[in-house]
Order: sequence, then C-alpha cells, then structure tokens
Amino acid sequence: MMSAKQLKLQQRNRLSEGGRINRRKPLMFTFDGRRLMGYEGDTLASALLANGVDVVGRSFKYGRPRGIMTAGVEEPNAVLQIGGSEATQIPNIKATEQMLYNGLVSSPVNGWPSADNDIMGLFGKFGGALMSPGFYYKTFMWPKSQWENYEKFIRKAAGLGRAPTKPDVDRYDHMHHHADVLVVGAGPSGLMAALQASRAGARVILADERAEFGGSLLHSSERIDAREPMDWVETVINELSDNPRVTLLRRATVNGYHDHNFLTISERRTDHLGDTATDGTARHRFHKVRAGSVVLATGAHERPLVFANNDLPGCMIASSLSHYIHRFAVVPGESLVLMTNNDSAYQSALDWLDAGRSVVAIVDTRKAPEGRVVDLALERGIRVLTGSVIIEAKGRKRVSGAVVAPINAQGTFVTGDTRWLPCDTIATSGGWSPVVHLSCHTGSRPVWSEDVLGFVPGTTTEQRWSAGSITGKQTLAECLAEGAAEGLAAVEASGHSVEENLELPVTASGNDVVGETMPLYVVPHLKPMSRAPKQFVDMQNDVTAAGIEMTTREGFESIEHVKRYTALGFGTDQGKTGNINGLAIVAKSLNKTIAQTGTTVFRPNYTPISFGVVAGASTDELFDPQRFTPMHTWHLDNGAEFENVGQWKRPLYYTQTGETMEEAIAREQIATRNNVGILDASTLGKIDIQGKDAREFLGRVYTNAWAKLAPGRCRYGLMCGEDGMVMDDGVTSCLAENHYLMTTTSGGAARVLSWLEIYHQTEWPEMEVFFTSVTDQWATMSIAGPDSRKLLASLTEIDLSPEAFGFMDWRSANVAGIPARIFRISFTGDLSYEINVPAQYGLHVWKALFKAGKDYNLTPYGTETMHVLRAEKGFVIVGQDTDGSMTPPDLNHNWAVANNKPFSFIGKRGMNRADCLRQDRKQLVGLMTTDASAVLPEGAQAVRDPEQSIPMSMVGHVTSSYHSAFLDRRIAMGVIKDGLQRMGEKVYFPLSDGTTIEATICSTVFLDADSKRQKS
Amino acid sequence: MFLIHCPYCGEHREEEEFHAAGQAHLPRPLDPDSMTDEEWGHFLYYRKNPRGVHRELWVHAAGCRKYFNIARNTQTYEIYATYKSGDTLELDENPTVTATGSTLNMAVHGDAKVQLEQGS
Repeated sequence: MMSAKQLKLQQRNRLSEGGRINRRKPLMFTFDGRRLMGYEGDTLASALLANGVDVVGRSFKYGRPRGIMTAGVEEPNAVLQIGGSEATQIPNIKATEQMLYNGLVSSPVNGWPSADNDIMGLFGKFGGALMSPGFYYKTFMWPKSQWENYEKFIRKAAGLGRAPTKPDVDRYDHMHHHADVLVVGAGPSGLMAALQASRAGARVILADERAEFGGSLLHSSERIDAREPMDWVETVINELSDNPRVTLLRRATVNGYHDHNFLTISERRTDHLGDTATDGTARHRFHKVRAGSVVLATGAHERPLVFANNDLPGCMIASSLSHYIHRFAVVPGESLVLMTNNDSAYQSALDWLDAGRSVVAIVDTRKAPEGRVVDLALERGIRVLTGSVIIEAKGRKRVSGAVVAPINAQGTFVTGDTRWLPCDTIATSGGWSPVVHLSCHTGSRPVWSEDVLGFVPGTTTEQRWSAGSITGKQTLAECLAEGAAEGLAAVEASGHSVEENLELPVTASGNDVVGETMPLYVVPHLKPMSRAPKQFVDMQNDVTAAGIEMTTREGFESIEHVKRYTALGFGTDQGKTGNINGLAIVAKSLNKTIAQTGTTVFRPNYTPISFGVVAGASTDELFDPQRFTPMHTWHLDNGAEFENVGQWKRPLYYTQTGETMEEAIAREQIATRNNVGILDASTLGKIDIQGKDAREFLGRVYTNAWAKLAPGRCRYGLMCGEDGMVMDDGVTSCLAENHYLMTTTSGGAARVLSWLEIYHQTEWPEMEVFFTSVTDQWATMSIAGPDSRKLLASLTEIDLSPEAFGFMDWRSANVAGIPARIFRISFTGDLSYEINVPAQYGLHVWKALFKAGKDYNLTPYGTETMHVLRAEKGFVIVGQDTDGSMTPPDLNHNWAVANNKPFSFIGKRGMNRADCLRQDRKQLVGLMTTDASAVLPEGAQAVRDPEQSIPMSMVGHVTSSYHSAFLDRRIAMGVIKDGLQRMGEKVYFPLSDGTTIEATICSTVFLDADSKRQKS
Repeated sequence: MFLIHCPYCGEHREEEEFHAAGQAHLPRPLDPDSMTDEEWGHFLYYRKNPRGVHRELWVHAAGCRKYFNIARNTQTYEIYATYKSGDTLELDENPTVTATGSTLNMAVHGDAKVQLEQGS
C-alpha cells in the first residue's frame, strides 16, 4: 500500500500552491479500486484530474473512453457510481458536483471489465456505421415476440449505474418558506440582487448549487474595487449573513419553478461529509418557497465546438480550465491547444500559461478578432491562429494532438492545408448558453437572441426578473449592474421601497473592448459530416452531428421528434452542453434559422434530485396516515389479521392456534349464526345532520322516502348521482325531529360529506341544515346472532323485547354503564344490535361485552365473515356489487326508490333515461353453482352458450363469491343481462384454465327469505 | 402549485388545502322531469374546456370546507379572482397582457367583498 507521501506525489497535476483547497486536510478516496488522495475543498472531479485520471467512463452506445469535460452540473461524461455500502449506493453522480470526503468510494457506471479496457469499446471502433439513430428500433423490431429477450441484453450493455438494493439509511426533511425575494444563483449578479433586496429590509433567500458563493468569481482573474474578487464576495456575504432577514443556502439547487412563484430547492446538507449523514441530521432538505419576487441569476454554460473525435479524454470546455486552476490548483494537462469563436476563452489560455504549462496555440475561428484579450495573449507570446479551426483530435485514451486547418469566413468549409499541433489537452469555447431552464418551467418559452447566440428568458406571468449572463451579459461590469437593477425592481415589486441605490463596484476590465462571437457550432472537416470521424454533439447519449443530420434526412423536422429519435438532450445532464449545437445542426439541415427551429421544453428538475428529498419524512409509517378504531389494541391481542379499508386498519379475521384462514372464517360464521358474533364497525362513516330542513334534504339526496320517519326509527337509504347510478348506501336514523345520524360505507364517508356540502352550498343554500362528521367520535360494535338479545340484556336495563324494541328501531340506553345509542339494524340477516358509545369508552364496552359473552360463545368476526354473512342474505356492497353503472332497479332495489316524491330527487331523472329503462341491462342476481363446491372467481365472465365459438357473447360477470359455512356450499352474486327475468336459467363461466362452471340464476337471498331471523 | 385566496377565510392559502370541483355556474335544472334525455345528458356530461379564461368551482377542503368560484386562465394558470358561490363576476374575457402577467376588467356583484387579483 502506498504511503501518504506517495499518494501526495501521485497528484501530478496539482500545483504546489494556490486554489481554494485545504492542503492540511488530505482526503483518501478510491476510484475503480485505485486508492487516491485529494484535499478538502476538492470536487471528486478535481481530485481525479489532480491524480491524472484521464478515463472516467465508457460511452453509453459506442463504449468509447470518456474523460472529465466540464467543472459543473453540465458535465456529460464524468457520471459515477458512489457509496461505500450497499445501502448508500448512489448512481449517476456527477464528479464535478460531488465534493470529496474522506473514504469516498467511486467507480464508473459503465465499462466492463473496467472503464480503461472495455469490451463494448469494440462497437465504438467497428460499430459506428451500424449504430445509427433509431438503431435499437430498427434492429430489434423483428420478430416482435423476441423484444423482451433483446431488451435484457440491451439494458445490461447500456446501463448507467445501479440503484441500491437496501433501504436508504438516511433522513430527509422539508421546510416551508415565505420570501419577499428569492435570488437564484450567487454569482456577481445574484449577489448584487440579494444585496439590493436585503438593504430594502425584505426577507431574502439566496440559494446556490455550489458549496461556495461567488459563481464565476470563484475562478476569476478580475479585480473588483481593486481587490481580489473573492475578497469582495466575502464582504458581501458578511453583510448578508449579519442580516437576520436573509437566508443563505449553499449546496442548494433550485430545481423547480412552479406556478405562482412557488419554487423548490434541494439542499444537500451532508453529501460533502460522507456517504451517510451522522447524528440524525437530514441528508437532504427540500425547501418549498413561496416568493413575492424571483431574480434568476443562474448564469450561462459554456458550450463546446463540435469537431471530429471531440470526445477524447483531454478535450474540455475552455472555462473549466480556469475553474480547475483557480479553485483547485489543478492543471489537467501539460500542453494546450485552445479553440474559440469568442473572446472569453482567451483567459483560460492565460491562466494555463500562468500555471506554468505550455500553450501550443489559440485557434480562433474568427478572421480578425479584435478584443482586448487577444492583444493580451499576443503580448504574452501565445501563438494565435486566426480564421482557423481544429478539425480533428487524435489520440487513443487521451488527446495526442490536434489537426488544424483554415476555414472560410462563414465557417462552412476548410480552405487550406492542415497542420499538426501535438498537445495533450484541447479546450474549446463555442459561446455561452444562458441557463434559462427555470424560466421555462411555468410555460414561458425562451427566445433566441442573435446578439447572444443563445436562448434568453421569454415573457412570463410570474413576478420574475433575470440578471447577468442568463440574459446574455458578457462582462463582469454588466453583470454587476444588471444584478443591482433587477434586484431593485424585484424588491420594489414585493412591496418594499428602496431609499438608496447600491453603488456599483468598479471592475478592472471595465471598459475593455469585447470582440463579437462568431456564430459557429460545428467545425467543418475535410470529409463531409457523414464520412468524417465522429463529431459528438451529446456525449452522454453518444449523439453525433452525422446522426442528427441523418435524422432530418429521414424526415424528422420537429425538434421534439429529433430529440426523441436521437436521444439528444436526454440523460442526467439533459443536454446542457449539447442542445444548442444540436439545434444548430437541425436548423442548418432543414435550411431554417435556430429561432425557427425552436427548442425543446425544459421541465423540472433542473438537475437530478434524490427520491429521498422528494419524500421527506413521509416514508414508512408516515407515508400515509393510518386510522385505528378504539378497539384496535384488543384486536392486536386477539389474533386479528388486518386489511386496509382506505386508511383504516380493519380486522379481516381472528385466528386461533393452528387454524387456517378458511377455518377461522368458517368458525366465525357458524358461531354468529348459531350463537352470537361481534364486529368492530367503528369505521362506518357517520354524519350528524341537524336543522329544520334536514328531513327535506334527506329526501332530495336519497332515492327513498323520508317524510314519515319518526324519531326512534331507522331507515336504509340509497344515494345516487345525477346520472341515476348508485354511489353509496347506509342506514340513517331519526334521532329527534330535525336531527339525524347518517351512516355511509367506510370508504365513502368523506365523499358523501362533500356531496352533501356541495348541494347544500351551491344548489340549496336557503335550506337550514348542518352536516358534521362524527365518524371518529363514536365507537361502533355490532352484535349479531340468535343470542345477541340475551347478551345485550345482561349489560343494559331497557326492555329489548321485540314489541318494545323492534327491527329498525333505535334506543338511547346505558350499556355497561356507558350512555349508548343502540340501533336494531342488521347487516347479517340475523337478530342484531349496533351499539354506539363515545369513542373513548369503546374498548371498555367491547371488553364488557366479552366478559358477559362468555356464556354465549361470543365470537369476534372480521370483515371477511361480514362479507359472507351479508351475501347469504343478499345485501349489496356498493363498490363491490356495483361499479358506477348500476341504477337501483339494476340492483333489484326498486323498493328503495320513491318516484312519487314531490321533489325530483338526485338520481331520479338520470335513472329514468331511456337507456336506463332497458329490460336487458345487467341486473344483480344470485348465482347457484350446480356443483356446490365449484369456486366462481369474482370477475369471471358469464355466457349463455358455453359451446359458442370465440369470441363468445358475454352477458355479465361475478361480483361476489364466497364459501358459506352455514349453508355448506358456495354462494355468489353477479350481474347478468336481463337476469331478473331469467330466474332458473343456466349461465356458464368459461375460465382461463379451460374449465367451465355452470350456475343457475337465482334470488340474491340465500338464507331466511322471509326475514324471520332479523325480525325475531 | 397555486396560491389561492379563499373568499370565506379571507386569506391566500396553498393549493394543497383545496380541491377542484369542476366547471362553475352549472345550476341544477329546476324541473329535471320535464327535460328530454338529450337535455339532461348535456347537463350531466357537457363541459367547457377553454384555452384562456375559465370559471371553476373549488372547495377549501382542508380549511373551511366552503365551495367558491375561481376565474382562472387555463393557459397561464393566472387566477384573476375568487368569489363566493352565489356571487357573480362580470369580466371582459380578453385579458390585457403585460410583461409580468395579464389583467382583466372585472366587476363583482354580491354581498361579499371579493378579492380581485392584479396579475397573480
């Protein structure tokens, strides 16, 4: 193993001094199994470059070696897998974004057996012509049945990273903010805007994706007020952080800009310290900001020029050289050839020279560049080749030289002999693309500017301002001025008055001449585009200039189609370096301008964010609220298996030692039918309805009559939509004149309450009626079976005789000493009482019932037994036996429809439409299988003629199917066309296993047709 | 994520507290039984889907549970006004478009004071 000193020496590209790194804090890390060293303050990318790592991955399609190309979020190549354990694996981390920490483990996301020696690379050498755009569509189309097999191979070969297979160990949280002004980006413009807004007394949030504020000033050689630019930044930050109304967020990416100035910020709080957060700290935090005004100072991304073999490691974006030299004291090579179509890139060559390395030449595509920086370069003795381009890079796993040639003024063809410039680094600048992404998220389309040669933010309905290079500003002085001006406008729009304008800092380059940028995107080659070596536009997706050109020849003209056919602009970088160059190729091929070609739509997120930060604390038990009845602990202690009913946890059945589910359910059924069973029915929706118009209101929303329901009586009600289809049912009891208690299905409670409210508020506001949900206020237990009267009698004093307390009556009484409402209603078809007590006494009364119930074999039953018992008696469950297309007559519930009510109740007109009155509609009937043990699956389709050839005429389907332990046979219900007129006829159910089940249409009531049991 | 002014609570609240409940100002016919199937079908199923200004019914579901009306631009998502059910809002359907939003000429008729939003 290497010593620390050897590891230090291994950093051959590290300068001996300078940079914003802490050399006293060396950090060890590994890449692809190699042990390496960097310093605190490094990004993973800068540490890799310091150690001379050229190849960081293999390309997606061709397996070509790729190296680090940029220094920021726009990086297409350096996409790595990191994480020291299975639970902390993170795929597709950009090395340029990831801060180095001690013990960081990283590896390439593709390349087998390693990035340096990759098998797929053979494709890159020989497969170029084979793998054109649409390659996968074209090649693996036939035979269609084989696609699934092809896909497995393709996925394995083309994967980008892998997800962890163990649960995330970290915490995440969300924070809500209200800000007067949110400034996005803490470069010179953003700092000025934040300063201006904060001095007006506004609540300001300043967020930046990097670890340090400063933006371009982090790597600038400029002077502000005759000082180092970062000194100026420090002064500004000090003032801002002293202001309690200012929130500064570092490592915080504003990833989405949503309607009405709602922005989300993903803050990475511990990713720079380790692969998991310590001390229970949230690893990522999601800030949800509602801002009065927003200032976008998001800057611009430098784009490369496209030339042959421009993907070779050693080919970089010009400004990234300055980043690595100034911020990290890393020079990623020895000898540089720099190609540019603008002035800004010259500084990178000067920085390279200042770092003690050699600049072979600056290749300027312009015939006569005239900016001040050109003179500076010449003064420093740099060779400047004007009107020239690098047509091709050469090298195997690293650039070994550049082929340079002169071009015509338009940059469309090579005009003379080539020359060979040996070098190990090629940097290019094709101009700057404003980072307009956020400005587009709410639907605003960016506008192409011929002055900027880029898209700038378009008009918007949001309170949004933009400042700095996002609007195409090129010089530091312009950016500072615009930041101050837009910050002023933004803070004034948020309702603050500004007493004095900021004094603008003075920059050294202030009045320097800046030359014009030449509109050049793809460099010509000696050969036509289709025959030249690959000229890459989108590195991450291996999209070449020739591929884009071919796509337009194949007839794709819309930029959105070109994107999807070539994959241009997909991937983790979303084409931040490649999009404009790709657009330029499409425009040229179609003989249009870039403005006419347009751009694809930018949507959130600006850069990838973690699933964890989106979920926040809403995971596991906090993912969704859970609702428990007051008797829940008893269920837990007594062997209940639960099912989810909406958010409720309901016992499905209770097991005793050694019992199967089937045995338990059979036992519960028999005990209830022969003695007495008890069901926790607390989840039933309960709505308290009061007011002098309550009775009339019930008559309007239910299909049946309510005019004569006396206090002390209960009635079953059906509720329909305006279309006449059944939407809910339940029993409503008259508690007193003008006071009712409505029950709904467990899942329908909230929907029914909204339904009542919307009609009351928008249609009949003149009615005096009030609705209150009391579901949670009452514990409800239903005892059913022949012994239920005797059981209840042991706990209450009131007269339970049928004469005194008849079926569908309710009484107020004490049960086990607790004031209760007892409803004599039945969902089992047996003698039954539903006992309601205030929720906090639920468990007490439940236990008292069990104490008294010992003599009667009182048996708790769950929802499964409840389903069977109700089906034996033919009671429907709305949502199971109905599906939103069934009227009350379809359910054979005409008895629950009072068509003679004076008010045209909800559903009446709908269920009387001609189509709803057809005789041959699907109607709910019982299904008696010929074989008593044949299991009709719920959902099975019915046919009248089992011999009919396929496709058969289907006449209905099974809605409920159970084994009835009491009847000792299978019972089922289903909907059958014209079923109510076809009692006794046979229907057949052909199943997917080839068998057919025969059944006879019968009544839905399988037990106690004259209701002796429930009325006893 | 809209920021919606509840005309009953008198405050701007997050969209999370509200639910959309479809097109506004669709009164239930007073005499459904006299309507043809086609007329009833229109009431049941036919809805506007404009690109531009639209009136919608919303409910402050996690707040006061009141239903109210919103005049909203379905293209820009600007909310021009919110007003109580029962109130009426007259508006010129052609917004005046400016650099940071659009405005409508509006007049509200009703008992309650209505929040008119300039821009959004």
